[in-house]
Amino acid sequence: MDVRTRNNVVVTGREDGPALLLAHGFGCDQNLWRLVTPILAERFRVVLFDYVGSGRSDLTAWRPQRYSRLDGYAEDVLEICRALDLRDVVFVGHSVSAMVGVLATIAEPDRFAKLVLVTPSPRYVDDGDYRGGFSQADIDELLESLESNYLGWSAAMAPVIMGNPDRPELGRELQNAFCRTDPAIARVFARTTFLADNRADLPKVPVPTLAIECAQDVIAPPEVGRYVCDQIPGCRLVTLDATGHCPQLSAPEATAEAIAGFVES
Amino acid sequence: MSGLEQDAEDLYENAPCGYVSTLPDGTIIRINGTLLTWLGYTRDDLVGRRRFADLLTVGGRIYHETHYAPLLAMQGSISGIALELRAADGAKLPVLVSSTVKDTKVIRTVVFDARDRRTYEQELLRARRQAERLAGTLQQTLLPPSLADVPGLRIASHYHPASTDQVGGDFYDLFPLADDRWAFFLGDVSGKGAAAAVVTSLTRYTMRASAVHNPDPVAVLRDLNAVLNREYAGADRRFATVLTGLLVPDGDGFAVTMATGGHPPALLISADGSAEYQHIPGGQLVGPLRDAHFASIDLRLRPGDTLLLYTDGLTEARTAHGRYNEQALREYVLTRELTTAPALVEELTRLLAGFGEGLDDDTALLALSVPPA
Repeated sequence: MDVRTRNNVVVTGREDGPALLLAHGFGCDQNLWRLVTPILAERFRVVLFDYVGSGRSDLTAWRPQRYSRLDGYAEDVLEICRALDLRDVVFVGHSVSAMVGVLATIAEPDRFAKLVLVTPSPRYVDDGDYRGGFSQADIDELLESLESNYLGWSAAMAPVIMGNPDRPELGRELQNAFCRTDPAIARVFARTTFLADNRADLPKVPVPTLAIECAQDVIAPPEVGRYVCDQIPGCRLVTLDATGHCPQLSAPEATAEAIAGFVES
Repeated sequence: MSGLEQDAEDLYENAPCGYVSTLPDGTIIRINGTLLTWLGYTRDDLVGRRRFADLLTVGGRIYHETHYAPLLAMQGSISGIALELRAADGAKLPVLVSSTVKDTKVIRTVVFDARDRRTYEQELLRARRQAERLAGTLQQTLLPPSLADVPGLRIASHYHPASTDQVGGDFYDLFPLADDRWAFFLGDVSGKGAAAAVVTSLTRYTMRASAVHNPDPVAVLRDLNAVLNREYAGADRRFATVLTGLLVPDGDGFAVTMATGGHPPALLISADGSAEYQHIPGGQLVGPLRDAHFASIDLRLRPGDTLLLYTDGLTEARTAHGRYNEQALREYVLTRELTTAPALVEELTRLLAGFGEGLDDDTALLALSVPPA
C-alpha cells in the first residue's frame, strides 16, 4: 500500500519552501489545520496527513498493536517522510501529536530541522509533584465512558450531528467530510493518548523546539506547557491569548504567525 | 390565543429546555432559568465567571475540547450531542446539546434533558449485549473448537460473522477418520439466524457421521442431500452448498478427493506460484432435489501447495468497484506469495476487515498447506 494513499497525504503551498509536516491530534483529522494552512502555504511547502485510523486514511492498515503505542504513530510520520523524501522537515504536532513528534525526532534526528509542539502534554495524569491536569480517576471515568459509549463517541454520533437520524447517509457524508471516527479505533487512540507518559523523552529532543500553548486550555493547562519547555533543551514557549485546546481553530492567525516566525528564525 | 404567549422573555427563561449563550472562549454570558434550576446554580455563580466546559463532567470536557468545539468551529453548528453536566451538588445530568455560532461569534447552545433517553439507551445496550452473548454461544456450538492435527499438513481457518447478534449459516470442519485419513468440509446453508443454525447443526453432524461410515466425498454429499431433502420437504425449503474432501497421505504430500454440492470452487495455490480454481463440473445444490447429482475430482497437495476453501461472503463482498469476485481473489493471492495456510488466512482476514460494511454476509475460510520441502 502506498503510504501517500494510506495516510491520505496532501501536499500544498510553495514547492521551493521549507517543508512543514502538520500532524493532527486525537479527535479529528487534517481538517483541524484548515484555517492555518492557507496562511502557511504562502511561505512553506505544507504537508498534511491523517494517521492510520483517522480521517480518510486507509482503515484496513490499522492494527491495534501498532496504534496502541505512540511509537506506532511516529512510524507513520517517518514512513511519510521517507515516501515523500522529506528532509529538514519542520514537524508541527498538535495535542498528542506533539509527543509523536518528540519520538520521531529522537528516532531520526537527521530528518528534522525543527519541532513545533502545539498544546503539548507529555502526561495527562497527575503523578507525585507533576501536574498533568487530570487525576487517574478522571481518566478512568473518561475511558469507562468510552467503553460504554454513552458520550456518543460512536457511529450514532454522525447522524445526530446532522439532526437526521432517519437518514443516516447524511450523517455519513458529514462524518466523512470532517472528523470521521471509527468508535473502536477512537477508543484505542483515546487510551493510547491519555495513558501515555513521555516525560523521560523530552530531554532527548535533538532539534530546536517551539511550544505553543493557550492561556486557557483544560486539556493541557499552562503549567504543563511550561514543564514541557523546561525539559527540552533550548525550547521556546509561546503563550497565545486564546482559549481551548485547538488554537489553530480559535486563533489561526496568531498560531500561523508563531509557527512561521519560528521556522524562519 | 396569541395573548397567552406574548412574553418572549418568559418563554426564554422558563422554556422546557436549557439555553446558554457563551463568548468564543466559552465564558457564559447568558443562561436561562430552566438550566439554572437543573444545575442548582444561581445566575451570579455562572454569568461572567464560568465557561460552558466547566459545567461538564471530565469525560464530557475532554470530548468537548477534542470534538465538540473543533466541529462547531469548522461547521458553525453542531446538534444533538450527548454530554453530561455536573450539577452544583455533584450529580450528573445526561443531556443532549446543540450549538450555533452567530455572526457576532457568540455561541448559542440549547440543552435538553436526556435522562429518559439515557436510561432507554442503556437498556438497549444491555439487551444488545445479551443478544450478542447468546448468538456468540450458539455460534461456538456450530464451529469446531479446534481442528484436528494432521501430521505433515498446516491448517488454518477463520470465521467472520456478518453480525454479532445473528447466528450465521457458514460452517466448516476437519476431523480424523480411521486408517490415517482425514475428512474436511466447508459450506453455507441458506438463510440466517436461529432457523439456519438448526440446519447448520444438522448438516455438520450428518456429514461427520456419514464420512465415518463411508469416506467417499460424493457418498457424503448424497447422504446429506437425502437428509436435507427429507427434513425440509415442506414450505420451509432449506438447502446448502458444500465442498467436502478426503485427505490421504501420499509420499511427501497428500492425495485429495474433493466433491462439490453447488459450492464455489477451491483455489489451489501451487509451490510454483500459480493459482488455479479447482472446478468440479456437475455438482448440484444440496437439498432441493431428491436425486441431485454430485461430482468429485482428485488432486495432489505437494510441498509448498495451499488449498483454500471459502464461502461466497468473500467473493461477493461489495467494494468501490462492484462485487469482489473470484478473479479478484485469485489476483490478490497471486501478488502476495503466501506459501502457508496460516499466512494465507491471516492475509485474507485482513482483506475481509478491509471490506468494512461491504462485507454483508458471513464468511468462512479453511486453508490446508503442505510445508515447502
